[in-house]
Amino acid sequence: MRRLLALALTFALLAGPAGAVNPDEQLSDPVLEARAHKLSQELRCVVCQNQSIDDSDATLARDLRIILRERISAGDTDKQAIDFIVARYGSFVQLDPPMRLDTLALWFGPLAVLLVGGIGAVIYMRGRSPAQAAALTAEEEAELASMLKSDEAR
Amino acid sequence: MKRILFLFPVVGFVVLLGVFFLGLDRDPRALPSAFIGKPLPAFTTAPVRPGDLGLSNSDFDRGEPVLLNVFASWCGPCRVEHPVLMRLRQQGVPIHGLDWKEAAPAGLKWLTDNGDPYIRVGNDESGRTGIEFGVAGVPETFVIDKHGKVRYRHVGALTPDDWEQKIGPLMEQLRKES
Repeated sequence: MRRLLALALTFALLAGPAGAVNPDEQLSDPVLEARAHKLSQELRCVVCQNQSIDDSDATLARDLRIILRERISAGDTDKQAIDFIVARYGSFVQLDPPMRLDTLALWFGPLAVLLVGGIGAVIYMRGRSPAQAAALTAEEEAELASMLKSDEAR
Repeated sequence: MKRILFLFPVVGFVVLLGVFFLGLDRDPRALPSAFIGKPLPAFTTAPVRPGDLGLSNSDFDRGEPVLLNVFASWCGPCRVEHPVLMRLRQQGVPIHGLDWKEAAPAGLKWLTDNGDPYIRVGNDESGRTGIEFGVAGVPETFVIDKHGKVRYRHVGALTPDDWEQKIGPLMEQLRKES
């Protein structure tokens, strides 16, 4: 029983996310295939826009996976292969957007919002710090002293 | 001064609301082409009509703005826009066609059955020609200017409204350009 469980667990752990890549698309060279697989996870499918071409079942995603593998087999670097697709479908397909002038808001927008909110929160909290109690007047001091004394006397 | 500071979050919220409200009207599928302002890449395709010339990129810089319509007989919205294309052709609007991801006989049957609005029409069985200029699906219609440069990309069926509001006026403007 234990053995069976261990076996089942082993298989369960071995099963990675499958993706939509069909066996006939894969390259025979495992190193190139691994590169192509990684790159296809970074490219957005333009048909079903929230999936990568690695995940998508759209025929266009399949075409692009094959094109990516053709480029890599032909000796393209990762960047060249990505650029090949970006040249045709625009920077929108990059799920990992490059840092550029027009993507600055994308990269630093959240940080800017956090800063503005943080500064606002600091200003607000400082304004709310409890007022210092006014010092006792001479009269009150005297009264207090007499009370303490009477207490001590008891 | 302090009172004005309190207005900041409110103003920010109203601005965000405005941005999101305008966003409601935008179609996330209508992406601008990566080829806006650039000529179409070099391509040649086989004909759809037997004995005809196919379509190539050199058909596009003939001194007149043209439409390039990417279609397929298996595509539903293409059936919707087809009468619009037929009417435009009758009005003398030049349209070239690219038959995407199907064998030429299927495209030919489509044109025989429904009418043929195209001057030149090429067959792209593998889909690779369309991919060369960023076609994501059918139908798509590109507006190409006098010099063969892509000026506009329309995704989805071309409705009479699209023509009157956007593409017709654009073609008129491109005709006047030097």
